[in-house]
Amino acid sequence: MIEVSHLTRSFGELKAVDDVSFSVAAGECVGFLGPNGAGKTTTMRTIAGIFPPTSGTVKVAGHDVVRESDAARRRLGYFPEHAPFYPELAVEEYLAFVARAKRLPRAARADAVRRALAACDLGGVRRRLVGALSKGFRQRVGLAQALLGDPEVLVLDEPTSGLDPAQKREITDLVRSLRGRCTVLFSSHILPEVAQVAQRVVIIDRGRVVAEDSAAALAHRVGGAALLRVRADAPVGALRSAVADLPGVEAATAEGDVLLVEVAGDEVRAVVSRAITARGWTILELAGEAPSLEEVFLRLVGSGVPGAPRHGKVADVGPDRGRAPFAGARGGGR
Amino acid sequence: MTAVLRKELASYFSSPLAWVVMALFLALSGFYFYTNLSFFLLNGGFDLVRGLWQYQFVDLLQRGFFLLPLLTMRLFAEERRHGTLELLWTYPLRDFEIVLGKYLAALVVFLLMLLGTAIHPLLLLPAHAPLAWGPILAGYLGLFLVGAAFLACGTLVSALTDSQVLAAAATYTLLLLFWALTWNEFAVGAPVLWVLSGLSLFDRFYTFARGGVDTRDVSFLLLFSATFLAWTLLVLGARRWRGVR
Repeated sequence: MIEVSHLTRSFGELKAVDDVSFSVAAGECVGFLGPNGAGKTTTMRTIAGIFPPTSGTVKVAGHDVVRESDAARRRLGYFPEHAPFYPELAVEEYLAFVARAKRLPRAARADAVRRALAACDLGGVRRRLVGALSKGFRQRVGLAQALLGDPEVLVLDEPTSGLDPAQKREITDLVRSLRGRCTVLFSSHILPEVAQVAQRVVIIDRGRVVAEDSAAALAHRVGGAALLRVRADAPVGALRSAVADLPGVEAATAEGDVLLVEVAGDEVRAVVSRAITARGWTILELAGEAPSLEEVFLRLVGSGVPGAPRHGKVADVGPDRGRAPFAGARGGGR
Repeated sequence: MTAVLRKELASYFSSPLAWVVMALFLALSGFYFYTNLSFFLLNGGFDLVRGLWQYQFVDLLQRGFFLLPLLTMRLFAEERRHGTLELLWTYPLRDFEIVLGKYLAALVVFLLMLLGTAIHPLLLLPAHAPLAWGPILAGYLGLFLVGAAFLACGTLVSALTDSQVLAAAATYTLLLLFWALTWNEFAVGAPVLWVLSGLSLFDRFYTFARGGVDTRDVSFLLLFSATFLAWTLLVLGARRWRGVR
């Protein structure tokens, strides 16, 4: 649905995006991740047809964004970073304008506006001026204009930036509810959000794609070893000696009555489980902990890239900094 | 285009700006009409066109000169400052629809301003029936065309900056230039003066104010507006191509 191939975009001397290629399949929700200034917004603006690529091509629903700009834009909903708005228009008035600007047939407009209002839970403020709304509501108005007319492709540039945790939750829930119904490319520099919403992640740094895969597979590729927490009705020392020499097990350390087993991959979990039950013990807990997306991210864009001097800010986790360690991003449930 | 036009009109009338500009224009035009009429009566005039309308139309145009840049200053500057222009660009709208929609919205507000002043000739009806409407309509046509040229000028300037104040100031400067172009007629040679007076917006206006319509003036003014709108399109296209808002 979205095909970006060898996209390069320069602004004068600055190469903001350098030979970026990736694609998003129909119905897929892909997270677009990268530090500030990595080229996320430039890439998304090019997809949205705001400016043409310096070289390379971008296709939206099979239409080239430069040569078939009109057809591409008709199939696209875009949420620009910071959700710009017309303060003097009422919510409903604004969305009615968007319906006309998107060239929806006259008969379909009122219904489209009604559904966008409902989808973003804006019914209660539809007569209020956008400028008088709180930031959270304005962000929802921004999403409503993107969703309006049910475009096949949604490009959302940091839809949760600047919101409090509850509001972020509302937005991510909304985006998640779109999964399967349309194709979504969703950027963020906040990792747990992407992990909650996206099936696949494209990571970009300094204008280049550094990784593209599912969150779990990325964890594998970079982290290698995952960690298993094992508890059984056996002394932890005996458990340790039963597991330590199995193929694929890299290390096993006791921690209280829990054995922490570092394994090469997730498939080792079955090996460990069989070895324990073969001795007649009962497994009380066998939980996998993949490296969090944040660890993956830092390794990919940070120290993982040899000799790379870092930007001041790698991943600005913003207000989430103080929260518990990214429960959402952990692969605990696998 | 109608989408943009309607949005712009909604914006104009939901903020105080258009109302203030219209109110000022009507109040000032009323004042000048009263003054001009008083002089006309004091001088015991009998030729309405020469004694009253030509002064009234020139006065109206000068009020327009002060007020119209206030209508156009926000057209693009505000969108650029808010970042909404890039949002407009993601809709299946063509640039000419955006430019034309915005320009026409300003033109509609200006038309409403002119319509409000129609009360002045109507006030004369009881004393001067039957009124000669031809010269009055010619004057209004001139006002409309020169005003439209002012607005086109302001639209272009607004697309060049993201500051409304700067847009208004630069529009005044540009319009003043078109006004003052022919003032210093002794400083330039005849050929240069011929070119300058050809470009002057205000010189074109005096024929209309005296009740005459010259098709050369009409086509010049239309062309003038079209040129500035085309420049606006080019400016937008260039900014978009370079990727700057």
